[in-house]
Amino acid sequence: MTNLFPLILEHMYIVAIAIAIATAIGVVLGVISFWYPRLGTFILFAAEMLQTIPSLALLALLMILLGLGNTTLIAGLVLYALLPIVRNTNTGLGGVPDHLREAARGMGMNRMQRLALVELPLSFPMIFSGIKIAVVNSLAIAVMGVLIGAGGLGYPIYRGIQMRSFERIITAALPVVIMAVGFDYLMTGFERRLTKRK
Amino acid sequence: MIQFQNVNKSYGNKKILDDLSLEIRDGEFAVLIGPSGCGKTTTLKLINRLIEQDNGKITIDGRDISEENTVELRRRIGYVIQQIGLFPNMTVEQNISIVPKLLKYPKEKCDEIVHSLLKLVEMPYEEYAHKYPAELSGGQQQRIGVLRALAASPPIVLMDEPFGALDPITRELLQEETRRIQKKLKKTIVFVTHDMDEALRLADTILFMQEGKLVQAASPEEMLRNPANDLIRSFMGRHMESANGTAKLLAEDFMRTRVLKVPETMHTLECIEMMRQRDVNTLVVLHEDDTYAGTVSIETIRKHGQAGREIRELISDEAMTISRKEDARAAFDQLLASSLQYLVVLNEDGTVAGLITRTSMAKAMGEALWGELTS
Amino acid sequence: MTITQFVTKNWVYIRDSLVRHLELVVIAVLIGIVISIPLGILLSRNKKLAAPVLAAVGVIQTIPGLVMLGFALLLFGIGMKPAIFALSLYAILPILRNTYVGITGVDAGCIEAGRGIGMTGSQVLFMLELPLALPSIVSGIRISTVYIVSWATLAGLIGAGGLGDLIWTGLSNYNTQYILAGAIPSAVMAFLFSGLIGLAQRALTPRGLRRVKQ
Repeated sequence: MTNLFPLILEHMYIVAIAIAIATAIGVVLGVISFWYPRLGTFILFAAEMLQTIPSLALLALLMILLGLGNTTLIAGLVLYALLPIVRNTNTGLGGVPDHLREAARGMGMNRMQRLALVELPLSFPMIFSGIKIAVVNSLAIAVMGVLIGAGGLGYPIYRGIQMRSFERIITAALPVVIMAVGFDYLMTGFERRLTKRK
Repeated sequence: MIQFQNVNKSYGNKKILDDLSLEIRDGEFAVLIGPSGCGKTTTLKLINRLIEQDNGKITIDGRDISEENTVELRRRIGYVIQQIGLFPNMTVEQNISIVPKLLKYPKEKCDEIVHSLLKLVEMPYEEYAHKYPAELSGGQQQRIGVLRALAASPPIVLMDEPFGALDPITRELLQEETRRIQKKLKKTIVFVTHDMDEALRLADTILFMQEGKLVQAASPEEMLRNPANDLIRSFMGRHMESANGTAKLLAEDFMRTRVLKVPETMHTLECIEMMRQRDVNTLVVLHEDDTYAGTVSIETIRKHGQAGREIRELISDEAMTISRKEDARAAFDQLLASSLQYLVVLNEDGTVAGLITRTSMAKAMGEALWGELTS
Repeated sequence: MTITQFVTKNWVYIRDSLVRHLELVVIAVLIGIVISIPLGILLSRNKKLAAPVLAAVGVIQTIPGLVMLGFALLLFGIGMKPAIFALSLYAILPILRNTYVGITGVDAGCIEAGRGIGMTGSQVLFMLELPLALPSIVSGIRISTVYIVSWATLAGLIGAGGLGDLIWTGLSNYNTQYILAGAIPSAVMAFLFSGLIGLAQRALTPRGLRRVKQ
């Protein structure tokens, strides 16, 4: 049996890059959609549409544009991860109590300062929870990368299916599930600490 | 007649009702009152068996309720709760007629009930019957809550702090209406409250409970005249004094106890927010052990405060303090002689008991002279 | 080959894949509903059980679709049966969670009033809890359906057909037209289901609740 360890690392690496990019884009879009609610409706709708597209269909379409390989998978994961991050950023910012916002304005903060010093810190738990959802989803979807020539744990799983080997499927699938459950657990714990402190 | 005979109820090790016996006569407006945790709500919910006793017997008109079908029992007893609990998916009409419908009354009869009940509280059928609870004000919702309880003409109605969540003016209106309806329809009402004003206003009989026991059952007048113990006396506090002339007045008699207190570790923004919300410009600040630290004003925070910092460094000690057992005269003199807006009243252990402001002083004076003042 | 030519030539293949895809989705979601709603009601009556059961079902959700189909293939062989088995498992969680959350989220005062005026347990359930939880339940069905339309594209890999078959043919032959012929209808199907169930959700929300939001 092949050593899975490099594949596990690659799997995590792919997801990490995708989440980093999605967080950067998602938070910015979330802020924009909060500042300009009308544009926001459109942004959220678009993100929701993206997520509604079946994953295999989206990856296959991206493959037509970007060719085979990790880049295509990462692009697909980013598109999928946008919705929870944008939505939670938007909800989080909207959930900042008006009075705190007003108090901050009363102390003479401008819009950028309010965002950086009051609104974003207060909505961080919510945003973080969006990132958590994105991480857990991405770990599972990344398995499909094998179908568009990307690396990670998809390949051994696919081999397992082709060989009809229960053992091979499960040894390759277990790390994925453990990662998903593990990250979910760790990030939920962190999230609780965040909200408690608030 | 509702009778409790040696009823006990515990949750785990905590005894809620301790060998409770009591009697409520037909057509009586009985108010259960007492400090929180005294078992008054438990007592109420035993009557319609939302809670079951551990032992002892409860009878209605001589029949042991534990032998009855709970659903049938409850349909014969009206029930009104503080959270109102109107069914949001049903209209006013559907809410009122729900029990008659469960009892399979014919449709015309249900219609008639809804019409006549709405008339009783002067809410025109055409205007209200087809509205949903969310479209009504809190007071209107609880009116409908009361009507729902009355719909199947139950001889007994249970009310669990029904007006506790309403504003004072609406509360008073509903109290009057309830009293009027009770007299008119001759219902037996069992009413739970923690508000002595309400009890005195509504009750034929006040049942005062303490630690799961009935301490005194008496008419409002009798209870005012001869309270059975100090706790009852303190519950009736200001009413007593107006009834009996007065004893020596102390600082505590003139204070208001609702004071905005904050820990010194609170942040500036939160304080400003709190003051804005409650429309005050000063907060009382406490040390970590709850003892009095000083006061902080909105101007100080505005001038010297920084976002995210604790108010610890902004506390001022210029407010005057007075012990609650000191003679009220001293408080008067201090307040009148100075330009201060208030005095902080402290307990013996250094914690804050209340504030004496010019308004609270005037109000207490007025009450001492003329009895209870409205609002 | 132009698009028209491609579609005409492969019409039967495309049509059958589409119909098969629909079949897979509808059956799996129906099975999901039949399992989840009663289970959700049961959990709302037994809250101690709810956390472990929801957690366990949550773990199922983290199993990648490919893996689940792989297991199903080993258990049931090639064809629709394993696909429907795997897809139904995915359909359970969102509906179950939303049923549970919907029912437990009904205002406690409302339930107490219902019991207090003499509703039986099933009257409380059918007259209060279910109508009030319905929007949440339907929203769970919507989430499930969108998932299932997506995971069903993988069913092609284990010989169950569906639009994934077209995509897969396209991917293995580097044929863009096959990919588009599978990807576009599956995306449109997901949008349509999502939109239609969204409309149904609005229609099924009790009127008294709709006005609250205004």
